[in-house]
Amino acid sequence: MTALTRRDALGHPPAGGLRARPPFFSARRRETAAGWLMSAPVIVLLLVFLVAPIAMAAWVSVSDWTGIGSPFASGVHAVGGRNYEALLTQPGLPQQQLAQSLCNNLYYVIIVVPVQTALALGLALIVSRKRLTGRGFFRTAYYFPSITSSVAVSILFLYIFGTTGVVNAIVGDLGGTGPNWFADPNGVLHMILSGLGVTTAPGALANHGFLGLSWWNWLAGPSVAMIALIVLAIWTTSGTFMLIFLPAIYAIPSDLTEAALMDGANAWQRFRRVTLPMLRPALFLVLTLGLIGTWQVFDQIYLISQGNPAGTTLTPAFLSYLTSFGNQQWGQGAAIAFILFAIIVVLTIVQRLIISERRAGRAS
Amino acid sequence: MRSKIVIAALTAAGLALGAAACSSGNGFGSSASGTASGAASATPNKSALTLMFGSSGPAETAAVQAAAKAFTKQSGIGVQVIAASNLTQQVAQGFSGGTPPNVFYLDPLTFQSYAKDGALDAYPSSLPNAGGFASALAQAFTYKSTFTCEPKDASTLALYINTADWQAAGLGAPPANWSQLQADAKKLTTGGRAGLTIDQTHSGIDEFLYQNGGTVTNAAGTKVELDSAQNVAALTYLKGMLSQGIMKFPSQLGAGFSGQAFGENKAAMDVIGNWENGELQTDYPNVKFKVYPLPAGPSGTHATLSFTNCWGVPKQQSNLAGAVDFVKFLTTEQQEMTFAKAFGVIPSLKSAQADYIKTYPQYATFVNELSYAHPDIAIAGATQALSAFDSSLEQLGSSSPATILKTAQQNLQAVVDQDS
Repeated sequence: MTALTRRDALGHPPAGGLRARPPFFSARRRETAAGWLMSAPVIVLLLVFLVAPIAMAAWVSVSDWTGIGSPFASGVHAVGGRNYEALLTQPGLPQQQLAQSLCNNLYYVIIVVPVQTALALGLALIVSRKRLTGRGFFRTAYYFPSITSSVAVSILFLYIFGTTGVVNAIVGDLGGTGPNWFADPNGVLHMILSGLGVTTAPGALANHGFLGLSWWNWLAGPSVAMIALIVLAIWTTSGTFMLIFLPAIYAIPSDLTEAALMDGANAWQRFRRVTLPMLRPALFLVLTLGLIGTWQVFDQIYLISQGNPAGTTLTPAFLSYLTSFGNQQWGQGAAIAFILFAIIVVLTIVQRLIISERRAGRAS
Repeated sequence: MRSKIVIAALTAAGLALGAAACSSGNGFGSSASGTASGAASATPNKSALTLMFGSSGPAETAAVQAAAKAFTKQSGIGVQVIAASNLTQQVAQGFSGGTPPNVFYLDPLTFQSYAKDGALDAYPSSLPNAGGFASALAQAFTYKSTFTCEPKDASTLALYINTADWQAAGLGAPPANWSQLQADAKKLTTGGRAGLTIDQTHSGIDEFLYQNGGTVTNAAGTKVELDSAQNVAALTYLKGMLSQGIMKFPSQLGAGFSGQAFGENKAAMDVIGNWENGELQTDYPNVKFKVYPLPAGPSGTHATLSFTNCWGVPKQQSNLAGAVDFVKFLTTEQQEMTFAKAFGVIPSLKSAQADYIKTYPQYATFVNELSYAHPDIAIAGATQALSAFDSSLEQLGSSSPATILKTAQQNLQAVVDQDS
């Protein structure tokens, strides 16, 4: 950037300028220009497909655009933070639904990310064993859910978790009665508590809350319907992340493991002290991708539950869609997208700090 | 380190805004090139039209395509017919890009939003048939006392009874009031079968509020009146049948909607609209059934809900005069009967309804009920408030009717206040 502006500031044709310069400088300048030229297509693509849409969405989130015509037309006005206020500070349905969707999504992330990471790591460790017969078959089998269309998988899960589906048939064979999965809005933590005899909320939790949702409701846990979606997410994504762990495992030098073996480390110690530290970059990637992906869950919700039952599978991404296309409140829909964006950025930075801090602590 | 964070943030931004970017999918194009050609222009605008609609199946698609072809033959204006997979979304994309379809199916709820934003042409005043529609249907598409969009068909809720179950239980005349409905439902309930099923949404339940003398909003639509004593009593009546186990919601019966439960004979009676006829014909051809008017409430009030879509015509578009001509063609008596015969809809014109009853006497109930029908609730921007209402109705069996109505009242009134 600086090179370009400097040239513009000179104000005379580049050819003349170049002739006046020492040869070293001119070669470097030519390189800089070529560099910009080479990267121009990517820069243009990023501007058109990334920066411009984000800027437009940012504008929509502070405007009263009705979804008709261009958002930059003369009839569209800036309304300041009104769309954000309706979501964050004013008590009412929009705030309540945002809180509900954040709460649902939080439980989804808390369960899906660790489980899918652990499962992916476990699968990768198993299929990376040299002496396993049919390694290729297992690798393909574990990866298969990831390459299957999410529409097909979602519809499959609708049947598996139906009232008379496979899951309930198995539960029935074991002597229990399965829940009506996709129609059961009860939170599992509430169900556990009521099993322990706590059926009504303590006053402190029922009467206080955050974002218009009482603490008791924040602590409801994922609904039974959400659990089915969580299982679906873990099942489909573990294979993908296994594929990220696999090459990282192969890249661990075998002399390290052998040295540990010579020092008398057992299997767990070798895993904990050698394999895991060596996998840290892969782990960071998997956690970051997992975190971003789970906070944006949309397609399964759109296909399976549409936020039902009782709004317990509503997620911010789906709520943003619903607010925009269902309610024609484009400003508020865009504002939800930006709130989600802020959450993801903050969490990613926090996660990065934690991991790099640990690394620094270890080095000293 | 810093640059990596920036890259991570940018990546996150890109992904986070995936949904937002999609919403601008059609591009935030420049505003519409609104060439509203009227009758005044010397040469009539012959530019081709697009018709976007959500199809119920191949029969409807074929019928709409045939109608478009007939119109082209008559007028010389080409029509491109687009069967949308997600109509509301695709129409919204068209509007945001400045190129909405010239004519499209429009539901009453979305109608309110577009009418409020001034996006629709109030064409009915220029057509001769504007006064010919059943009043509940015209009412659904009247915004601030201007009839803005002509209804394309009509549906009402009625009582479907499985005749085999009915005879097996030794029952006689169909239920005429709430207490008979309850008694019959009880007699029809067996181990695996509920006597009655209804959909657990406001569109499946609100007719009971009207039957009990209640209402949803005042006539002007400026005040929500959901939390009345009549409405609480109506929901309490339904809750009573739920707790007795003689009425069940489709989700309790492992069905996606009540019509499916009825078709699979998991319920002997069902309150559902005439779209169920097609469902039973194709998926459950062996089910024998009869259709009766809904039972009256305790004070003898008859009420049902009516549903319809209209022919939406955007104000800013490439060929307004052509689009209005096309709607005129589509809303003739003859064309409405053609649609009725092709895919089972009930005509929206009163004159065509008379023909319809002659051809299909077994479905006369739906037409007759139009005289006391109330349009399904539609308030601009109320999609989420209504879905929250639906969510709480789903829990009717285990929660208090007064609380459900009070919450819905607050949420919907907030939307109404925001609109005005």
